[in-house]
Parts: sequence; C-alpha cells; structure tokens
Amino acid sequence: MNIHEYQGKELFQSYGIDVGPQYLATTPAEARAAYDKLGGTVVVKAQVLVGGRGKAGGVKVAKSADETEQRASEILGLDIKGLTVEKVLIVPASDIKREFYVGLTMDRFNKYLVLMMSAEGGVEIEQLAVDKPEAIKKFPIYPAKGIDWDALNPVLKEVFGADEHVKSAADHIEKLFKIYMEKDCTLVEINPFAIVDDGKLMALDAKVNFDDNGLFKHADIEEMRNPEENSQDELDAKEAGLSFVSMDGNIGCIVNGAGLAMATMDIIKLFGGEPANFLDVGGSSNPNKMVSAIKIILNNPKVDAILINIFGGITRCDDIANGLLMAMEQVKIEVPLVIRLIGTNDEEGRAILEKAGLSASTDLNEAVKNVVASIK
Amino acid sequence: MSILIDENTNVIVQGITGRDGSFHARTMIGDGTKIVAGVTPGKGGQKMDDVPVYNSVKEAQAEHKVDVTVIFVPPKFANAAVIEAADAGVPLIICITEGVPVNEMLDTYHYVRSKGLRMIGPNCPGVISPGKSKIGIMPLKIHKPGRIGVISRSGTLTYEVVHALTTNGMGQSTCVGIGGDPIVGSSFIDLLDLFNKDPDTDAVMMIGEIGGEDEEAAADFIAKNMTKPVAGFISGRTAPPGKRMGHAGAIISGGKGTPEAKVKALEDAGVKVANTPSEIPGILKEKLGL
Repeated sequence: MNIHEYQGKELFQSYGIDVGPQYLATTPAEARAAYDKLGGTVVVKAQVLVGGRGKAGGVKVAKSADETEQRASEILGLDIKGLTVEKVLIVPASDIKREFYVGLTMDRFNKYLVLMMSAEGGVEIEQLAVDKPEAIKKFPIYPAKGIDWDALNPVLKEVFGADEHVKSAADHIEKLFKIYMEKDCTLVEINPFAIVDDGKLMALDAKVNFDDNGLFKHADIEEMRNPEENSQDELDAKEAGLSFVSMDGNIGCIVNGAGLAMATMDIIKLFGGEPANFLDVGGSSNPNKMVSAIKIILNNPKVDAILINIFGGITRCDDIANGLLMAMEQVKIEVPLVIRLIGTNDEEGRAILEKAGLSASTDLNEAVKNVVASIK
Repeated sequence: MSILIDENTNVIVQGITGRDGSFHARTMIGDGTKIVAGVTPGKGGQKMDDVPVYNSVKEAQAEHKVDVTVIFVPPKFANAAVIEAADAGVPLIICITEGVPVNEMLDTYHYVRSKGLRMIGPNCPGVISPGKSKIGIMPLKIHKPGRIGVISRSGTLTYEVVHALTTNGMGQSTCVGIGGDPIVGSSFIDLLDLFNKDPDTDAVMMIGEIGGEDEEAAADFIAKNMTKPVAGFISGRTAPPGKRMGHAGAIISGGKGTPEAKVKALEDAGVKVANTPSEIPGILKEKLGL
C-alpha cells in the first residue's frame, strides 16, 4: 500500500523527524488560507500516488496568496499518469544548499534490507542509478542484528561529509529503520534529503510503502489508505476477496491462481487478443466469488468477451460451475463466454454447465483461440 | 529416487485442527502420505481422525520420528510456527501459508538457514514425489511417476504444466513449488542443484514469473553447473508494470526482473523457454532425444 507525501511526513513526524510545517488543501481557497499562515515563498505540491509529479507540472513555487491560489487551481485536477490530483500540499520554500538521497528497502535477492545513500539526490536519482551507480552507496542491514554502526559510520562520512551532517543523517537513518520495522514497510525514502537555509539536514519529501501482508497489525496505517490507489473495480474486487488489476484490452479473464492468471493473459496476447484484466478468484470454493467476479468483469464496458480458465486444485470445478449459473441468474451475460474447466471435479462441473446449455473445453490453447475468434 | 521426500518420509502437520490443515491432512493421508502427527497449541491429546495431536513440535518429536513438517497455520502465526519447527531441528519445513508479513519472514529465513535446515515456501503448493509422497495441496491425479523434475514459483500454473507433461507421457520425479513471496526458503538454484545430483531425474522444468532476480541467478547457475537439460516458462510477460512510488525499487533491480530479462538470461544459458505450457513436453522431448 502506498501513501501520500503528507501522510508519510506525518508518520515521520510521529517518530521525531523534523519535516517542517505543512498544510493540505483540496481547493484553491484552502491553499490561499495555507499561504496566509505561512507567508513568504511557498511550494504547492501535488499529492498523487505516482512518481514524476515535478516533471508533470505538479510542483510549483508561489510568492503571494493570489499566486498560491492560482497555482493550486492549476495543479488540482491535473492528470498525472492517469491519476487526477485531488489534494495539494503547501510548504515553505526552502533555500536548498545541497540535495542528498536516502532510502531503505528490501534486497530480496541478497535477503537483507538495503540502505541506499547518495550525495547526489533530487529528481534525477533513477537516472543516476543507471549512469553513475557508484554514486549511490548501498549498505546491508539484517533486521535481527540491527544497524552495524561501526561499519556504517565511515560510509556516512563519505556521503555526508561534515560531522554535524553525519550525525544528523545517522539520527534520521535510525528513525527510518525503526519506522520500516515497526510499521511493516517495504520502502521508506527521503528525496531530497536536503541541507537547507540554516545548514541543517531536512526531509523535504517522504515516500513510504507498506507490505499488504503486514497491514492486519496496523489499524493506524490501514486508516491512511487512499481509495484512488485502486480503481472502483479493484476496490470492489478486494471487498469480494478477489485479486484484480484492470488492463486496456477487451477480453475479460477469470482465472484461479496468480501465476496461471498471468500465463492466461500472456497466451491471449500470443494468439492475437488483448486481456481486459487480471482476475484471480483464489483457492476458495465459495460460489459467491464467481458471482462477484462476473459482475466486476461486466462492469467494464470495454469487455467484448469473457474467458473463464479454472484448473481445479483446492478450487472445485463444480463450485465454479454453480457460481457461474448463480451469476447468470443475477446478471445477463450478453458477450461471448468461453469456459475452460479441468482438475478437481471437472466432470461434475461440466455436467452442471451442460444442463444449463453451456459447454466447457479442457484445453487452454483451444479455449483462448475460441475467445479471441469470438470477437473478430 | 526423488529429491526431498519419498515413500519413507514421516510428516507432521502444524495447524492440523484448522479448516485448511484438517482438510489437507485428510487429503494427504488419502493420497498415501505418512502423516504421523499433528500440532496445534492447546489441543494436545486430541485426535484428528486417527492422527494424534500434540501441543508442540517437540512433543510430537518425542513420540515420532519427524522428517518433514508442513505448516497450515494462519499468516499471523506462520513465522512463529516455522521458528518452532526450526528450534526442534525438523530438517525440512514446508510452509503453505499465504499472506505472511515479509519483514518477519526475512528474519525467519536467516534463522532457518543458520540451523542448517531447509525451508520451502511460504505461499507455495508444497512438494510431491509422485507415487511416493505428497506434502502439500496439489491434486494428486494430474501427476505421474517419472523422470522430470519440476520447480515453480506458482501454484495452479504448475498444475497446468504438470498436466501437460503427464498427458504427454512424461512423469515427474519430484515437483517443488518454491512459493511466490519475495522471500522464500529455497531458491531455484537450491533445487536445480538437488535435481542435478538425483540419478532418477533426467531433465528439469522451471516455471518462473516476473519480479525478483531468481530466474537470472538460476540461468547463471545452469550455464555453469547443470549437466541435465532444463526448459523454462515465464509468466507475466504481458503484466503491466506496477504503479511505482519510490525510486528504490528501480535502483535495486537495475533493469533486472522484467520478463524480457529473464527470458534472455535463460535462453543465453541454453534453456529453451516455452511460449505456452502446451509447448513444454515437446521441448523436453527434443532436449532428451525422445
């Protein structure tokens, strides 16, 4: 799960990291009111759950109440990579002397947390990683052992230079690690981590991602969830216990298992079709999941045909067949429907479908070819 | 022979009185697996059908020889269950549970390794040596004893591949679902190494997916060490890249983890990568000169 910058900064603040004053605004008038509190020069920053907002015109400087209101009205409603900006953050503009980068995430291959630091922070950090990887220092942390400060201190010295900055960076890093572990994060990042006006290091941005599997422990984090992170279909699917991701094509897919669902999409594409979605009904035998799945698929007006691909394991094909018939009583399926059933209780499932005048194939390639042909 | 498990493997089930644990314990028993005991804290002294239930892994061990434990406990308790099994020194710990918090699993991973034990999973279908033993949730009937080793990060996709092998007359020595989580106990390399040394495995099928670098590392291992043919399949070739928030992910992966990178790494290592599961038997037959 992702959160906005302002939410990340609030989290940082609760751990004693200084992020300075900040005001959230959802209207130009609120932005104006924020300026009246701050005065001087401010930055109006789009709060949107994707990167690259600066380059998309989502971050602007303002020097008066009028200008703040004007900038906010330009940024609110802006489309950044498909997401509409609904909130802006107003913060005092800092006189940035120097930009650093610090980030903590998991290195799944090496099986440790990796602390990344660079003396060349800022918006070009990803490009830096490609062009000049040696400019980003990586330091391993094994959670059970904690941070090895004797080993880290020389690296901090190399990146941050002056003793006061090394000390401040160490303090920030200790807190970031604490947040990472206590809140089941998958990423905490400060970029830019900047030396400002009075010479101190400050977090001018905050990016925090959480492990969905850890959210059950953190009601406070769950409360920060932003509905716009997922489409309405995705939220409906989550509610129904389904895993769903929208795509751009026109063949709706219902599959059991994530790997098979991805492979089914790949094969649709291989045979010249375009999948409309990824949908994993999971391993349950609850027929209601099928009803929800069909409804969510048919919500998408782009869907011209539906492919159901079930390889029964824990999932029983007769449950799937019953669920499908239940769904068809509740919603009319007016597009071609191709079904592939195999595995646990597939003969029973096929018999149930045949009674209702439906047929199901056993072969995946054949089913995919049929669904692609049905819309041509 | 086979790898990891065979007809003499004694198995305990952690979480045997739960909904999933009891269902799959019964199914495994019906499929011929030697389930000697179950563990559920607080339910020691009870029985699940004919299987004695103990309060802890150590209590079960006092009465039975335990080769493998298979874990069905809810995500909240899964790490503790693995640690308990590791403290008891169970040589092979198979964690089926899906949804385990990853930062906890990172510590658990190192803990299990530090004891010299082996973990498979979490979030995996388990291990089967067809005709000998099944420890997990896969449907028995699609399998057939034979000489192909299967390693997979997926669940149902593995069934699809195994089904294609079986219907084309190619049985399996052992099939291992290593799990789909960012941190899993055993990697492709760990299992490739075992299959390479197994006299009853002639070729290996590996099923990967987008994300991580395990397939790339496996390709490197294959090029340097494998004496047996390997075929591959990578799912997620059309999956949209996730909406990424921070930069850290891109920095750490450095272009690795994409399906293109995985397919290329494998093909450079001499692994033929199938476009569909149905192509796999043909590829393996060609590699084996059948």
